[in-house]
Amino acid sequence: MATLSGAGSVFEVAEAENEEVLAYSIGKPKRRRRIRWWRFVVLLLAGAYFLIPIYAGIKFSLQNVEGHFSFQAYRALPSAPGFTGALTLSFQLAVATMIVSTLLMVPTSIYVHIRLPRLRRVLDVVTVMPIVIPPIVLIVGVLGAFPEWAKASPYLLSFMYVILAMPFVYRSLDAGLSAIDLKTLTEASRSLGGNWIKTMWRVILPNIRPALLSATVLTLALVFGEYTMASLDLWTTIPVWIVQFSISADGPVQVAASMLGLVGTWILLIAVVSLDRSQSRRSHRKLGTL
Amino acid sequence: MSSSEVAHSGPGASALGPESATLKNNSRIRRFLRRGEPAFAIAPFLIYAFLGLGIPSLAVVYYAFHAQTGGWTLYNIRLVTHGVFLTGFENSIKLGLISSIVPGILGVFLAYAIQTSHSNVLRRLTSTASGVLANFGGINLTFMFIATLGSTGILTYWLHDVGINLASFGFNLFTFSGVLFVYMYFQLPLMVLVITPALGGLRPSWREAAENMGASSWRYWRYVGIPVLMPSILGGMLLLFGSAFAAYATAESLTLGLIALSPIQIGNFLNGNVIAGETHVGYAIAFGMLIILAVTMVLYSLVRKRASKWLR
Repeated sequence: MATLSGAGSVFEVAEAENEEVLAYSIGKPKRRRRIRWWRFVVLLLAGAYFLIPIYAGIKFSLQNVEGHFSFQAYRALPSAPGFTGALTLSFQLAVATMIVSTLLMVPTSIYVHIRLPRLRRVLDVVTVMPIVIPPIVLIVGVLGAFPEWAKASPYLLSFMYVILAMPFVYRSLDAGLSAIDLKTLTEASRSLGGNWIKTMWRVILPNIRPALLSATVLTLALVFGEYTMASLDLWTTIPVWIVQFSISADGPVQVAASMLGLVGTWILLIAVVSLDRSQSRRSHRKLGTL
Repeated sequence: MSSSEVAHSGPGASALGPESATLKNNSRIRRFLRRGEPAFAIAPFLIYAFLGLGIPSLAVVYYAFHAQTGGWTLYNIRLVTHGVFLTGFENSIKLGLISSIVPGILGVFLAYAIQTSHSNVLRRLTSTASGVLANFGGINLTFMFIATLGSTGILTYWLHDVGINLASFGFNLFTFSGVLFVYMYFQLPLMVLVITPALGGLRPSWREAAENMGASSWRYWRYVGIPVLMPSILGGMLLLFGSAFAAYATAESLTLGLIALSPIQIGNFLNGNVIAGETHVGYAIAFGMLIILAVTMVLYSLVRKRASKWLR
């Protein structure tokens, strides 16, 4: 490149800039095309890897015994032996987990965000532990250490699911709380005479509703998909039922249950995220008119 | 008590004592409450975490060093560091390493491809899908892959039609290679989830600066992009290692518990599939896993510290 310092004349500088611009305008489209091609291949391969198994699963669940297209498996699902019991149990566990998880994590993360930002590091480390410590190790320890009355209740699973859900719930709440101007909001609310409970209920919670919702959906997905702990604690939740049922009776019914779970969760999450986006857009518009 | 009475000396003065004591006491309680407020506010969380994470971990350590009949022993530890249990650890570490490095690298490419494709629909679909699939596993995943790559799976048919026989490459869905391939299904989305924020931290101005100084795309990635991303990539890989190392349900349902992996072996002890009266061996395996993961965790925190330095 031409020297810009020392004896470099104005002309030289102009030439250098010209060269730069030329190289840029010629080089850029070429590179862009290459990236696009490369991106296409990556996305295609990833799409194939992730979508073909889903397609295969759905196709299998839509076959009857002769291999023809039919909704038989989905129709047979509700009346399959043990299905309603397992569904009820999973549902009860999910509700208990979501309530406890919300009551525990929401006040804690709000408080830490407002008053103890230094403790966010500690929370980061603690909430990543359930990812690090394998669920199988946790449940083995729980079964060894907890008293009999606790082990006799299925809600021991809910107790542990709150732990397992912590990473997702905390991260989601943390992101939600970081995205809003928490300090201004709470100070405004306090100066208008709101106490802490009012501030939390009427000001902060509505603002982090999308984060709360996505945390809830992820918790729901976790409870309905968790197999390790439930099977070793000997409770027949939905995933355990699917395994037991597939041992006793072969057929597409369990696959139908699996696929319903997967697609259902995904759709729920997309709905939540869309709600989040439309809400943030609305608030943007409101801000714009102010 | 009125103030006029306080002003008097004599009998009133003695009554002042308890009054001011309770007042002082009250304010001391309030001060204590105020100073202790952070502790009270965070206590439920810490207690819960201790009950749910601390107690089980301690129990695992305790039972690992205890004989079934009571008393301290190293028998369990000695047993699990030999033979089939050692193989289990080795296989688990191998599985963890391969299924963290391969999806770790591929995940970066995938996340970058998604991020630079300026399509909001694609981004929303993939971010939600990553969230769902990263937590997806077990029997559902097994079903899907049997329907895809099992002996009557659709991909097996398709490949057969074009003359490719996967078994001739030594691929079998129900062995180590199959487990590895299936694990990618939740490992890759996990990596995408972890690495996307870091990719967002790559500032366009850095690229422009590099280009202004005449750097090619390759040189930009070699000297700017990769070094900046490296801590996050390594952090993500360590997370993937933990996730693959710990996974139980998928391997269990895919191989029917026949593969020699540490989590499966623990499950077998707990399910009573092995000789009765030896459940403490299961605790010893769990203890071994904790040790391996503690090392992983230390690495992760070191790496994470460096990553946050760059992305501020």
